[in-house]
Amino acid sequence: MTDTLTATAIVDTLKQVAQTVATVPTETTFVTIMKGFSNYAIPFLLLVIPVLGYIKKVKVYESFIDGAKEGFNTAVRIIPYLVAILVAIGMFRASGAMDYFVAILSPLTNLIGMPAETLPVALMRPLSGSGALGIVTELMKEHGPDSLIGRIASTMWGSSETTFYVVAVYFGAVGIKKTRHAIPSGLIGDTVGLIMAVVLCLIVFGVN
Amino acid sequence: MNYIWLGLMVISLVVGAINGRLEEVTNAAVTYAASAVDIALGLIGIMTFWLGIMKIAENGGIIKILSRAIRPIAKWLFPDIPPDHPAIGAMLMNIIANWLGLGNAATPLGLKAMDELQSLNPEKDTATNSMITFLALNTASICLIPMTVIAVRAKLGSANPFEIISTTVVASTCATIAGVTAAKLLQRLPSMKKSNPHRLPESSKKEEK
Repeated sequence: MTDTLTATAIVDTLKQVAQTVATVPTETTFVTIMKGFSNYAIPFLLLVIPVLGYIKKVKVYESFIDGAKEGFNTAVRIIPYLVAILVAIGMFRASGAMDYFVAILSPLTNLIGMPAETLPVALMRPLSGSGALGIVTELMKEHGPDSLIGRIASTMWGSSETTFYVVAVYFGAVGIKKTRHAIPSGLIGDTVGLIMAVVLCLIVFGVN
Repeated sequence: MNYIWLGLMVISLVVGAINGRLEEVTNAAVTYAASAVDIALGLIGIMTFWLGIMKIAENGGIIKILSRAIRPIAKWLFPDIPPDHPAIGAMLMNIIANWLGLGNAATPLGLKAMDELQSLNPEKDTATNSMITFLALNTASICLIPMTVIAVRAKLGSANPFEIISTTVVASTCATIAGVTAAKLLQRLPSMKKSNPHRLPESSKKEEK
């Protein structure tokens, strides 16, 4: 009994948080401000960094060349790591194994009210960003972008990352082979993000 | 990583055989290998450019200033890193670029941060706790405007393509907190402690760089 009470309390708080966030004039002010930031961030950095450097008596051109030299090597160093992980992911996708995972996991995800259609998005997201986006697009074509499924799928895509790709690229660039708990941590983050995407969409947009 | 990689390969081949899709699976290996190289090579230009800019920022002391600005949080998240180290500044820039959805700039900045973290690493082939915490921050990255998916929604005629921003921001914040917490908890596991490059006392750490 107490458990259900705490659960309802948590849901209520979440609801409030989500609704407050939702009622902030998201669509207009926030987007405009953020777009402004995004559009001007890079030009701003490209102006400020060299000018500040110059003021601080840095030889800007020499420094640039000095740093830039590393670019090629870094990119090339990533290749073996990226080939290893992308080939494994590509084979996995082509084999159709995803369907089995969906079948195994769907009873679990049904418990939190997650529409079965969105499960492939969740499973694909950590493996392949474009693959997951493909599924999201298909779902929205079929159910409409403003359906609950469409909204959950969109939120899922935005709220987690392609963990395997990031780990391969970031560790590859510095030559790290023993990744220790990097993948488990990343996947736990992804899982929480994906579950929260479902929960929040159910709360904010309701069942329709 | 060993198990995951092996698992993906074995599952793909076994399931591929069961489904009679072995040919597709092998074709995928070839295509994806090629596209991995394309992706890496595609990074060269943008990588070279940002690493150049970052070097100016580093030599001008801008990265150090950034590092100092977030010292309290950084000390808690990355106890292995000396407080004024440029790694902190580079990580901050990467995370901000992620928030703003500047994917092109975020990757080179992140790799620069990894490079700085690696300079503190006594065991060059093993990830440090700080690297893993940084990746956890990064893989669950909060993106304030998920432009890609908004564009798809708009194209498919959504009445309000932006309405998923609030849910996305809250969900990804939870994901980030969970990822970092997981990284912090998992590093306490005995097996992770044993593989920690910093398990040995200070000695070997300082002479790098």
